[in-house]
Amino acid sequence: MTARLEARGLSRSFGGLRAVAGLDLTVAPGEMLGLIGPNGAGKTTVFNLLSGFLAPDAGDVRFGDRSIVGLPPHAICRLGLARTFQITRPFASMTVLENVRVGALARHPRAAEALDRAREVVERVGLGVRAGVAATALTLAERKRLELARALATEPALLLLDEVMAGLNPTEVEAIIRLIRDVHASGISVVLIEHNMQAVMALSHRIVALSFGEKIAEGTPVDVANHPKVIEAYLGDEYVRAAPA
Amino acid sequence: MDLTLVLQGLVSGLLFGGVYSLMAVGLTLIFGVMRVVNFAHGDMMVWGMYLAYLLASRAGLDPYLGFVLCAAALFVLGLLVQWSLVDRIIAAPHEMQILLMLGVALVLENLALVAFGPEPTRVRSSLGAATLWLGPVFFDVARLVTFAVAVALTVALSVFLYRTDAGRMIRAVADNTYGALVIGADARRVYAVAFGVGAACVGAAGALVSPILPFQPSTGLSLSVTSFNIVIIGGMGSLPGAFIGGLLVSVAESLGAVFLKPSLKELMSFSLLVLILLARPAGLFGRRTL
Amino acid sequence: MRWAAVAALAVLLALPAVLSSYALTIFILIFFYGFLGQAWNIVGGYAGQLSAGHAAFVGVGGYTATMLATAAGLTPWLGMFVGAALAALLGAIIGYLGFRFGLRGFYFVLLTVAFAEICRVAVSNIDALGGPLGLYITFTGDPRQFQFQDARAYYYIALALMLAATAIAWAIGRRRFGVYLAAIREDETAAEACGVNAFRYKLLAMVVSSFLTGLGGTFYAFYLFSLQPNSLFGIPLSVEIILRPIVGGAGTLVGPILGSFILTPLAELSRLYLGGGGLYGAHLIAYGVLLIGVVLFLPEGAYPRLRRLFERRISRP
Repeated sequence: MTARLEARGLSRSFGGLRAVAGLDLTVAPGEMLGLIGPNGAGKTTVFNLLSGFLAPDAGDVRFGDRSIVGLPPHAICRLGLARTFQITRPFASMTVLENVRVGALARHPRAAEALDRAREVVERVGLGVRAGVAATALTLAERKRLELARALATEPALLLLDEVMAGLNPTEVEAIIRLIRDVHASGISVVLIEHNMQAVMALSHRIVALSFGEKIAEGTPVDVANHPKVIEAYLGDEYVRAAPA
Repeated sequence: MDLTLVLQGLVSGLLFGGVYSLMAVGLTLIFGVMRVVNFAHGDMMVWGMYLAYLLASRAGLDPYLGFVLCAAALFVLGLLVQWSLVDRIIAAPHEMQILLMLGVALVLENLALVAFGPEPTRVRSSLGAATLWLGPVFFDVARLVTFAVAVALTVALSVFLYRTDAGRMIRAVADNTYGALVIGADARRVYAVAFGVGAACVGAAGALVSPILPFQPSTGLSLSVTSFNIVIIGGMGSLPGAFIGGLLVSVAESLGAVFLKPSLKELMSFSLLVLILLARPAGLFGRRTL
Repeated sequence: MRWAAVAALAVLLALPAVLSSYALTIFILIFFYGFLGQAWNIVGGYAGQLSAGHAAFVGVGGYTATMLATAAGLTPWLGMFVGAALAALLGAIIGYLGFRFGLRGFYFVLLTVAFAEICRVAVSNIDALGGPLGLYITFTGDPRQFQFQDARAYYYIALALMLAATAIAWAIGRRRFGVYLAAIREDETAAEACGVNAFRYKLLAMVVSSFLTGLGGTFYAFYLFSLQPNSLFGIPLSVEIILRPIVGGAGTLVGPILGSFILTPLAELSRLYLGGGGLYGAHLIAYGVLLIGVVLFLPEGAYPRLRRLFERRISRP
C-alpha cells in the first residue's frame, strides 16, 4: 500500500500569525523527505495540517487519489497516513505492548490478533525485552521507539516523524537512524522533521526547507545545505557570503 | 405587554446584577489564576448569606455593615480550602479537581442544611422595604444600596489587581505562571490569596443579597450554575467579561421572570447553561487540540 | 483469583437463607448501587468521561416503566426495556451534543448536571407525571408486575443486575471497544492518531451506560413503590452513583462492587444513627468528606491500592 501525498497552497493562520503560507509539498511513493527549518518555521503545523489535527484555511491535500482535507485524524490514519508527536504521548496506564496494540487494532479488530501483530512490531523496533514494561518507566530513547512502533502498527503507507531524534545521544541517534532506514526499506514513505542535520542529510532523498511558514528551498540535501536562503534562515545574513559557492 | 412591567424588570435586573457581577468576578479570578473551577462557589455564597443572618439576628449587625465580616470570614475559608485541599492537587488531572470541589460543595451545602435546616430564610435590614419612585418605576432602596456596594467592591478589586504590587503579582501568575516564578513570585501564596479573594467576593455578595433574596441551603447549586453561566459567557478568566456578564444575565433573568412562570426559572437557567456550553467560542477548547 | 470470585458468588447466592430481613435490605442496596456504579463505570471509568448527571437516566427509566404500567398496563418486565431505551436516547443526545461540541472535563460535567436538572424541573412541573409529589405504585405483590412479596426475589434480581453489568463491562474490556476507551481516557489526541474514532466510541459508551442505568430506574421504582423527581433525578442520587466506583476504583471491573460493599453499609448505618429530620444532610456531609479524602489520598480507588499491596506481599519470598 503505497501512495502519493500532494499538498497544494496549504495555508494556516492563528489570529494574525501566518504559521503556514501557500505551501506546496509532494511526497512520491517510497520517498524519504526531510523537512527542515528553524524553530517556529511551521514544520509541526504542517504535520498537523496533513494528519487532520488542524484544518487549513486554504489549500488542498491529496493522499493517493483522494482529498483528505476536512477528514478527522482517525480517518486519515486509516487511509494510511500515520504520525508521531514531537513530545511523546504514550498511554500512561498501559505497557509497551498494550500501547502498540492500540495502533494494531486499526487494522486487526480482533483484540488477540492485534496483540500478536503488536508483538511483531515491538520486536522489530527493538523493544522486545521491554514489551511488558509500563510506558511510564521507559527511557526517552525507548519512548521515541514506542511512539514510532505505535504508528507503525497502524500499517501506514506514509509516516510523518516529528523530531524523533530530539534529545537522544549519538549512540541512540545512530540506532534510530538504522530503524528508520529499515522502516523505509519496507516500502513506507517517510517525512522527517529533524534538527539533527547530519541525520537528515544522511537519510533524505530530498529536503524541503521552511522559514516563517514558507518554502524557501527544495532539492537534494547538498543543494539545500548550500542554498543561500537556508543559510540565512539558520545562521543569518553574514554567513551567506561565507558559504561555499 | 405592559411596558412599565418590562421597564421595571429591566431596572430590578440591573440592580441585582451588581451582585451577580461580584459573584462571577470571584469565580473568574480563581479560574484565571489557578485554572481551578470552584464548584463550591454557590455554596460558599450561601454561607455568606447565613453568616449575615447570624450577625443580624445574634449581634444585630445590619448586613450592609456586616458584609465586611462575611467577606473576611469567607476569605479565611478560601485560604483554608486552598492550602489544605486544592494546593495538593493543583497538578493532578482535571477530573480530580472537579471531584474535590464537588466534595467541598457537598460538605458546605449539607453543613448548612444540618445547621440551619431546609426552610428558606431572609435577613431583615434597617432599610426594610423602603422604595424610591422614579417616574413609573420604583427602586427598592435595599437593592440600590446592594448594587452600589457591589459595584464599589468590584471597582476596589480592580484597583487592587491593577494598581498594587500584590495585585500585579496575582495577574502575573494568572498570565504566565512559569514566567512569574522566574521573577520570584510565590505561586502558592498567590493561589491562596486568589482563592481567598474569590471566596471573599461571594462572602460579600451573599451578605449584600441576604436582605433581598430568601435563601436556603439548596440555593447554592443554582447560584453556582448562574456563576458558571456568567463566567462562560464573559470568558473564563476575564474580569470585565464577568462584570458585564453578570449584569446581562441578571437582566435576562429578570425579564424572563416577567414573562414566564417562576417555577420555570430554574429550567431557563439550566437550559441557558446548555446553550452557552454548546455555543461558546471555538478555539478555547476546540474540537481538535494538540 | 477466579476461585475467589466463584467462591464469593456461591456465598452470595446462598446468603438469603441466613440473613435477617434488615440485612437482606442492605445487600439489595449494595447490589443495586453496585449495578448503577458499574453502569456508570463504563463511561465514567473506562472512557474517562465524568458524568455527574446519571440520575437522569434512572429517572427516565423509572418514570417510563411506571407510566407504562399504570396508564397502559404494560408489565414492567417489558416496560423496563422501553425505559432503558429512552434513557439511552437521552444519553445519546447528551453524548452527541457534548462530544460533537468538544466538551471535556469540567464543561462536560456541567452539561450532564444541567441536563439532569432540566429533567428534574421539567418532570416536577408536569402534572401528568405526578408533579413535585411524584408517583405512587399500588402494592399488588404480583410478580408479573415486577412486585414480590418475598424480599429475596429482589435480592436475586439486584444481584443478577449487578452481575450482568459486570459481565458487560468485562466483555467490553476484553475487546477493541474497551482498549479504545482506555486509550481515549489516557490521551484522546494520541488515540485519534492511532486511528481511534474517539467520538464514536465515547458516544457508544455513553449509550451503553445510560441504557443499563435506565434499567436500574425500573428496579428503583418497583422496589420503593414511589418516585419523586427530586430523588430520582436529583444530584444526591448522581453522587451516590459515582461515589462507589470512585472509592472502589474507577475503570476497574471490581471497583464499583468493592466500593458498594464498603460504602452502602456505612451509608445505611449513618442514616440509621444520624438520619431522620434535621440531620438528613449529615450522611451527605460524610460523602463529601469521603470524596475529598479519596481524591487526596486514594485517587485511583481502593481496589488498585489493595491489589498492589497484595502483590507486594506475594512477591516477598
